[in-house]
Amino acid sequence: MKIIVCVKQVPDTEANIKIGADNKSIVEAGIKFIINPFDEFAIEEAIKIKEAGKAESVIAIGWGPERSQEVLRTAVAMGVDDVVLLKTDAVSIDSYTAAKILAAKIKTMSYDLILTGKETIDDGNMQIGPMLGELLNIPCVTLVTKLDVDGANLSAKREIEGGYEVVETACPAIVTCQKGLNEPRYPSIRGVMLAKKKVVAVEPAAAEADQITVTTMAYPAARSGGKVVGQGAEAVPALVKLLHEEARVL
Amino acid sequence: MSTILVITEIQNNDYKKASLEAVSQAGKLAGALGQPVTALIIGAGVQAKSAQLGEYGATTVLTADDAKLANYNPDYYKAVVVKAVQETGAATVIFSATTQGNDLAPRVAATLQTSLAADCIALDATGGKLLAERSLFAGKVFAKIELAAPVRIVSLRPGVFPVIQQSGKTATVKPLSLPALESKLVVKQVSKTGGDKLDVTDADIIVTGGRGMRSADGFKHIEDLAGKLGAAVGATRAVVDSGWRPHSEQVGQTGKVVSPKLYIMCGASGSIQHWAGMSGSKCIVAINKDPEAPIIKRADYSIVGDVFEVLPALTAEVAKIKS
Repeated sequence: MKIIVCVKQVPDTEANIKIGADNKSIVEAGIKFIINPFDEFAIEEAIKIKEAGKAESVIAIGWGPERSQEVLRTAVAMGVDDVVLLKTDAVSIDSYTAAKILAAKIKTMSYDLILTGKETIDDGNMQIGPMLGELLNIPCVTLVTKLDVDGANLSAKREIEGGYEVVETACPAIVTCQKGLNEPRYPSIRGVMLAKKKVVAVEPAAAEADQITVTTMAYPAARSGGKVVGQGAEAVPALVKLLHEEARVL
Repeated sequence: MSTILVITEIQNNDYKKASLEAVSQAGKLAGALGQPVTALIIGAGVQAKSAQLGEYGATTVLTADDAKLANYNPDYYKAVVVKAVQETGAATVIFSATTQGNDLAPRVAATLQTSLAADCIALDATGGKLLAERSLFAGKVFAKIELAAPVRIVSLRPGVFPVIQQSGKTATVKPLSLPALESKLVVKQVSKTGGDKLDVTDADIIVTGGRGMRSADGFKHIEDLAGKLGAAVGATRAVVDSGWRPHSEQVGQTGKVVSPKLYIMCGASGSIQHWAGMSGSKCIVAINKDPEAPIIKRADYSIVGDVFEVLPALTAEVAKIKS
């Protein structure tokens, strides 16, 4: 079995996001970039399947600007065999553009399973997996918290509203990963050394024009907030009164 | 004539509130876009409910009624929606950004070779153009966006748009001739552990616990209050990482982004990642023993005190005003 993992570089969750002078993009200077946390579950799962002797190779594909090489090195350090960056400098929040970039490359490759995060935490779109499934014409199972692969088939436990379901399908297939699936490992020293030496293959992405464009950006309205109603249980009646009469939310 | 097509969802034999919000918002745009509203209902035995959607702004209701559609299957549902788009010639398609909508909408968009503006918190039309607003970086920034696709597909964040009801209006109900329903996915088991429990993204009120709840058992106090309020239970990342609560309840940048009417935060300091996921709440209440906790400074109302004393008192007080 051959596994492809799609990974994206995103601003750290701790990052303070600043809007640029053009009022429609963010200032990248000063931001620490990390691997999309949900993609780490995808990498870990792929490596686990390989370690179990069920896959012969794991290839990570990244998309984005030059700096995205870093997350592909993280993937190598964790244990993937090979990496490729589909380079595009265009800042986009249109997942269909990204899905087409990935699909164009993946169509030239041989694979049995594609793993990626359930969403990227920058635009929170949750679209790459299901869109790739359609573009490649393969089944897609989202929000997976347990995965069993057995040669030509897979069984996945996935989150649904108020519970879970178990779905089976045939490979090739795409699975979007989330917390609960596994515990992503820290790279080993040997892995980090390997990653340092790794030459990341960089290919120009076959990017098309976005159909969704940002016209302006703004910060959320500052909350006036900060009314301490009181101390301990005796403040409860006053709080309930405020919620009922002033805020009108009860 | 073109139309605005709204994809509705049924739960427990009734419309999801998010679906009524979506139909209402479509009704508000109908004039500006010069397109009437068609609502699509998918399921088994859904005919009876259909005319009622007229009260929320639908002119026409299409029903896709088949035993195979009783439970959500992404391939079946996608085929049905694509058929409805093609049959109605819809130029605008509106989903709700629910668990199901988030899974279904991108499949429909890619099949129709178009983009999806997901999880929108505002939707407007001027001069035939569709303008939306959505949060980026889990609410640290808001972006106004424009959709240039020939078929414009959006999903709306639940709980943000108002439900607008005009009694007495009815819609014309028509069955949709069903496409071939084929799927390579086989559902082997469905487990609704939570029963009819509300998902945090659907709830008007959320009661969230942090590490200050001390243990999984400590969440009994959170559940009691949530039960009295008809609220969903939320959790911080620390709580989910400790295994006290399932990941499906996690609110924040690596969990779910929510916009309820009332968010009650108990025993949690309010990290930047958590704040990003819930700062869109209309009213935020914090209960925390530390008067210096960031959440105390940012919440609309707060009580400084021990959650194990304040929560039972709050549950009792809410019970009083509810009765």
